[in-house]
Amino acid sequence: MHSKQDKKLKILWFRGVTCNGNTHSFLNLPHLEQLLNRFEILYHPILESTLSLVEITKLKDKCDIFIFEGAYDPLMRRNEVLIGDIVTHYAKNAKHIIAAGSCASFGGIFKASAPQRNSGLIFNEDVEYGPLQSYKDRVINLSGCPIHPEWLSYVLGMILNKKEIEVDSLHRPIELYSNLAHHGCTRNEYFEWKVDADNFGEKEGCLFYKQGCRAPMTHSSCNKILWNNVSSKTRVGTPCFGCTEPNFPLTNLFSTKTNMSIPKDVPVGISKRSYLTLTGIAKTFYIKRLEGKLIDYKRDN
Amino acid sequence: MPKVTKEEKKTNIISAALKLFSEKGFYVTTIPDIAQKVGMSVGNFYNYFSSKDILAKELVMYISEYLGENIRLINEKDISTEKKIDEIVSMYFNMADNRPEMIEYFLRVYLSNREVFGNGCEGMICVSAFVTELMIFFDNGVSSGELQDQDFFSAFGLFMGYLGGMVFLFGEKILPEPLNSYKKSISTNIYNALKAR
Repeated sequence: MHSKQDKKLKILWFRGVTCNGNTHSFLNLPHLEQLLNRFEILYHPILESTLSLVEITKLKDKCDIFIFEGAYDPLMRRNEVLIGDIVTHYAKNAKHIIAAGSCASFGGIFKASAPQRNSGLIFNEDVEYGPLQSYKDRVINLSGCPIHPEWLSYVLGMILNKKEIEVDSLHRPIELYSNLAHHGCTRNEYFEWKVDADNFGEKEGCLFYKQGCRAPMTHSSCNKILWNNVSSKTRVGTPCFGCTEPNFPLTNLFSTKTNMSIPKDVPVGISKRSYLTLTGIAKTFYIKRLEGKLIDYKRDN
Repeated sequence: MPKVTKEEKKTNIISAALKLFSEKGFYVTTIPDIAQKVGMSVGNFYNYFSSKDILAKELVMYISEYLGENIRLINEKDISTEKKIDEIVSMYFNMADNRPEMIEYFLRVYLSNREVFGNGCEGMICVSAFVTELMIFFDNGVSSGELQDQDFFSAFGLFMGYLGGMVFLFGEKILPEPLNSYKKSISTNIYNALKAR
């Protein structure tokens, strides 16, 4: 007779080449305990687990949900076992495979450090590549550097409730990644009227024109599902770095790439011609309220 | 005799107004002058444009869209940026030859009577079709590595200020040779000034 514990779905969380940022981010989930109580943690490098690293590298067990964090390096070993053997063994038997973070999804920063060797589980940037091609239909990519804890919570919740998770062509859940990081940005009025933030850290002004913000080109819900429930990069004056996209990391993250003052990249789904037409007209107008500190304007008007 | 459509009548007004404004000047030309040239009553004219100022703004947009559309056709060609410069210069000079009233209007009315265009036609509003297409041209040129990355207005002023200046000299009958004979040297000068180095 099975105990209640046996009926819980088993999670195995395994690390490739990683900074553990996704683990740390996940630990910030406000309802972490309630969520994890509904699963059995077969193995996690930090959380209390049923099995040890030595035991899981014997490749005798199976899990229901295989979560992989970090880039895949085919030469890497854990407890002397090639990581390729470990990943393949658990993926083969898992009902769900989750790539947690941009490194596991597309290679990310650790692919950039060894571009000829490292990759994500099923993608090298946006090209299909990696050790789990045979199981790609079961792979969910949660890109982000790191992932937002609520994104992983959403996926685990959907699995728990036996709901289908619809994904985009890069295997990211569309419910989380159909938004752009631009959506919900508190600086949107400055974007509408093309008023720049001239200096780093300013509360007023849009970060798209000079500060390198990638939010209009980045699929992510960072300004909709806020970080620590209160904020986001753009809200505190840091540009979006586009960390959920397969081409992450880019270089010169704090400056906007332009060709003759014209942004090299324009918002997703908008032709450059349309964007420039709108921008040129919007820039024609001088709106005093948007040119200085909002508090100063309010005091004076 | 085929009936003239409303759209054709509007085009006729635009054509006549461009000629009168550029020849006689904006303030001297009256709506009755334009109506008479088109062969319609003053009352009927107001069915097309409700004031002289509104007509003046429509004319700028008409010229901007004409230039924008022609530059767009060049932008979409699979040719080098150097060749595109040749074609833009040719297009502009042909326009100055064949429809001089369009450039005359732009230089002598639009740029010289800012009080008419200050409200509702300021900045990029009436000329965005044309300026946007030049932005696309410069953006493509830098992306392909053929043009030097620099400030947009520095490049724009060099290109269009040069062409406008030559057409102005031509209009003043100062140029000793026909406009077309300067195409090659001007295209080369523009390319040399803008090319990547």
